[in-house]
Amino acid sequence: MKRFAVSAAALGFAFWLISALLNLPATLIDLRPLLAEAIPKSGVAHPVTAVLLNTRGYDTLLEIAVLLVALIGVLIAVPPGNPALSERPATADDAMVPALARLVAPLAVFFAIYVLWAGAHRPGGAFQAAAILAAALVLLHLAGLTAAWSAPTLRLRIGLIAGFLIFLAIAAAPLLGGMLLQYPPALVGTLILVIESGLTISLALVLAGLFLLLADRGGVR
Amino acid sequence: MTSALAFDLLLAALLLLSAWQAMRTPHLGRALLAFVVFGLLMALAWARLDAPDIALAEAAVGAGLSGVLLFDAWRAIRNKPDSGKNAGDEA
Amino acid sequence: MTTGLLFALTGVVLFAAGAAALLLVDHLLRRVLAFNIMGSGACLVLVGLAQRNGVPDPVPQAMVLTGIVVAVAATGLALALIRRLHAQTGATTLPRDGADND
Repeated sequence: MKRFAVSAAALGFAFWLISALLNLPATLIDLRPLLAEAIPKSGVAHPVTAVLLNTRGYDTLLEIAVLLVALIGVLIAVPPGNPALSERPATADDAMVPALARLVAPLAVFFAIYVLWAGAHRPGGAFQAAAILAAALVLLHLAGLTAAWSAPTLRLRIGLIAGFLIFLAIAAAPLLGGMLLQYPPALVGTLILVIESGLTISLALVLAGLFLLLADRGGVR
Repeated sequence: MTSALAFDLLLAALLLLSAWQAMRTPHLGRALLAFVVFGLLMALAWARLDAPDIALAEAAVGAGLSGVLLFDAWRAIRNKPDSGKNAGDEA
Repeated sequence: MTTGLLFALTGVVLFAAGAAALLLVDHLLRRVLAFNIMGSGACLVLVGLAQRNGVPDPVPQAMVLTGIVVAVAATGLALALIRRLHAQTGATTLPRDGADND
């Protein structure tokens, strides 16, 4: 029986992996000293931000590209403005929700800007700021205060792709005399802040777009 | 030290329980709710792992945004209940 | 046992349970849930194992941060495909040959 076979295989796998984890030797490769050495040159003081935007910049560059591709895939699978695919009933008639959203959304924007700025020297950064902004955009729609995005307008398209293009331009500029993602040491802190600001806007629009581009045109009070 | 370990064990148990609920509860709406709970517990686990960056992203994205996406998709495909067991009633 | 190792072991169980559920459940939304739980388990293993001696390691943390954002984009794409499938066929499960229910 399939159920039994799959459960047994999963259990066996789990036990095998757990016994392997418990018998692992001490860490063979430790990147922490290397990273600690690189941080003074990285332009930021917070190690996670330094990894994301400097030492492992490739990951972040390709990540925003992957997100754009995913959003394009969503637009192809569910074309905007097709009521059969995305009709959404009117939001609940509750005055509290819009009132709360009006209060929370500006605070969320404020908090997102703080988180973005804080990313240089303490936990925070573009990803978290973008997630907070996207949540604020979704909240505004769910409260019935803003319409869904019927189709990607020119302004929205520019916003969606700006983060990727800014990052790509800054990453590729050193190709003239060096390697990809080799920031000039004098400007590195500023460049990372520019990249992060672009990333925040684009990531927030992509994440919110995954939801808002599927919604119908109505729903505004 | 022991109270920290007890909290970690409780958190791990709750993670497994909510994941089990998300995958096995017959009612799909409750399964989605269990998944949102799972996301919030994951945020706590990241905080326990000294990863405040991930905790912040997980709380906003894992619990908030994917919860909204999942419930919206559920509402969109629930109109024609064709698989009786999972159709569920109005939330 | 350190916090890192404990959550790495939890991650292994989550990954295995998610993989089993991915193969066993029929409803596509539930498969998306199972897939996300697998992903969370893998992230816990990645970070937990690197921190099993109790010292935070920013490199896997940054990778997992990237992974979480990519995971939500993948979820959104999967949900859009499920909506399209439902709009065109009315189905919420993939067709299969056997009559092996759930």
